[in-house]
Amino acid sequence: MNQDKMETPAAPARWTWPGLGLLQGLAVSGKNFVQSFYKKERMTTVQYPEERAPISPNFRNFPFLCYDGDDPKAGLRCTACTICEKECPPQCIYIVLDRDENGKSLKRPKVFDIDISVCMNCGICAEVCPFDSIYMDGEYELSTDDRFGGLMLGLDRLSKSADYHMKLRPEQATEVMERRKAEEEKKAAAAAAKAAKAKADQEAKEKAAAEAGASGEKGDEA
Amino acid sequence: MMLAAIQTDESLWSLEWLPRLPQRLVEMLLHKLGASEWFVDFGGLLAAAVTVVAVFLGAFALLSLIERKTLARVQNRIGPNRAGWFGILQPVADGIKMLTKEDIVPARAEKLLHLLAPILIGLPAILALGVIPYGREWTPVSLDLGLLFFFSIGALTEVSVFMAGWASGSKFPMLGAMRAISQMVSYELPLLLSALGVVMVTGSLSLPEIVARQEGYHLGFLPAWNLLTPWGLVGGLVFFIAALAESNRSPFDLPEGESEIVAGHMTEYSGFKYALFFMGEYLGLFAISGLGITLFLGGWQAPLPGLEFVPSWIWFFGKLALVIFLFLWIRATFPRLRIDQLMRFAWLCLIPMALLTLPAAAIWHFTGRGFLSWVVTVPLLMIPWGILTVIFNKRLAPATRTYRFADS
Repeated sequence: MNQDKMETPAAPARWTWPGLGLLQGLAVSGKNFVQSFYKKERMTTVQYPEERAPISPNFRNFPFLCYDGDDPKAGLRCTACTICEKECPPQCIYIVLDRDENGKSLKRPKVFDIDISVCMNCGICAEVCPFDSIYMDGEYELSTDDRFGGLMLGLDRLSKSADYHMKLRPEQATEVMERRKAEEEKKAAAAAAKAAKAKADQEAKEKAAAEAGASGEKGDEA
Repeated sequence: MMLAAIQTDESLWSLEWLPRLPQRLVEMLLHKLGASEWFVDFGGLLAAAVTVVAVFLGAFALLSLIERKTLARVQNRIGPNRAGWFGILQPVADGIKMLTKEDIVPARAEKLLHLLAPILIGLPAILALGVIPYGREWTPVSLDLGLLFFFSIGALTEVSVFMAGWASGSKFPMLGAMRAISQMVSYELPLLLSALGVVMVTGSLSLPEIVARQEGYHLGFLPAWNLLTPWGLVGGLVFFIAALAESNRSPFDLPEGESEIVAGHMTEYSGFKYALFFMGEYLGLFAISGLGITLFLGGWQAPLPGLEFVPSWIWFFGKLALVIFLFLWIRATFPRLRIDQLMRFAWLCLIPMALLTLPAAAIWHFTGRGFLSWVVTVPLLMIPWGILTVIFNKRLAPATRTYRFADS
């Protein structure tokens, strides 16, 4: 960075035909005008209320709760562990655990509220959820004339099926589904093994008892 | 009796005479009613004036939509398409919106002038539209000094612009009005000078006469329009550029440059007063384009031989549409000039070139308007133009940009 270089005199302007730049400019805008009538790829406008642009799988705004099967209540993956509630930076999640009459946990939420007027769409809740339950939604038409109730989403509005998740983000949903399936199979296999072992134990016990009985008889004979 | 007269007069129903139908019907009616001579004339003129105003107000409404559509297309957008079929009702929607808006008058405004300015702004344009020959049979008011009338009436626009700027009583309108005045005065000169060549060659200030003298074809197919002569080409270009500036169109829209001075002299106007300014601007655009067509593009003359069967006023409006599209195209393309560039361009480039068209037109006339005239006038105009461009390129071309820290 020497000082001399800063003093570089202005280079002589390149000579062009006078008015050529103006004509080039007119040609560019004229081309845009003419081609807009027959080139589909030039007109990128989507007529919004009638049509909608497809949203990217990376698009996210407010969270939703995923459930398996057809029943939003029985199939809900959420166990009301409240990890998301604790991690949420603006603290917009409110969870109450559902209990039976004896006070025993039912491992499901009685209340699950998200205040989307507070939510900042960070996606931390979806990242920390160990039960594959909470994901970021793609819905963006949430305006309402009810400032308080309309922006407080309860379980009824938050619960969405696994099929919806599959439609919204196929890649993520497939990965989750396969992992869950594998886990379930593993669990089933473990349960089966456990049952088989219990059965074997039982049989062995019975056999031993039978043998003991037989020897006792023998002893009696002896 | 009257019905019979209407049915027997064949020219009444020809397309050529269509735009004058209201005028002639009113005249006939008044005549049958036994009105005195001057009252018949008065009624007919009133009907003719109403025809012109109705035609150009309709054209204004259409243009406000077409302008938005064209700009949108150049930017690869669709433009207004919600109100009616292809947005055809958009001007109506705009009108309703403007009418229902609150009319705000600033506390420090000169109330009377503030009210008067938007009313007066459309007046010169409407008066000027009255003297333009739209067709062979359709010149609303045929004046012997039509051109003089046009320019002297056109100068009134500046008064109402300044009235608006002064009466608003705030800074931006005042600045905008000052800019508008300096721009309009500067560009009035080349506008007048470039029109003068036509007057010299025609020998008349009457606009129908100027059009009539552009009749016929060179070599059997080239129309004998003033634009297709050396002095006419230069004069036409100067006239076009000056007309852009006179009507405050982009790239000379400094008086209302919204990035700098909000909306210039219209800043303190809202609702229908603003709409009136808008209308005045567009009517002025029509008027000056119409004059340019009359002077240089042969007015209502057909562009090719054998096309005279089409009614002449259709040719006029076809040319008007083309010129207006050129205005829109330019608006969609070029950025706004700086005020010093604007002034320098008017005084150092347009006025010398416009002045040169005068000797060129004289030589053209006295050397017989033939081959010899071309040989003499083309160099007369080309050489100064070349010198001017060389000078301008040297002085105004920006230096090559050197970066202090990014290079080396």
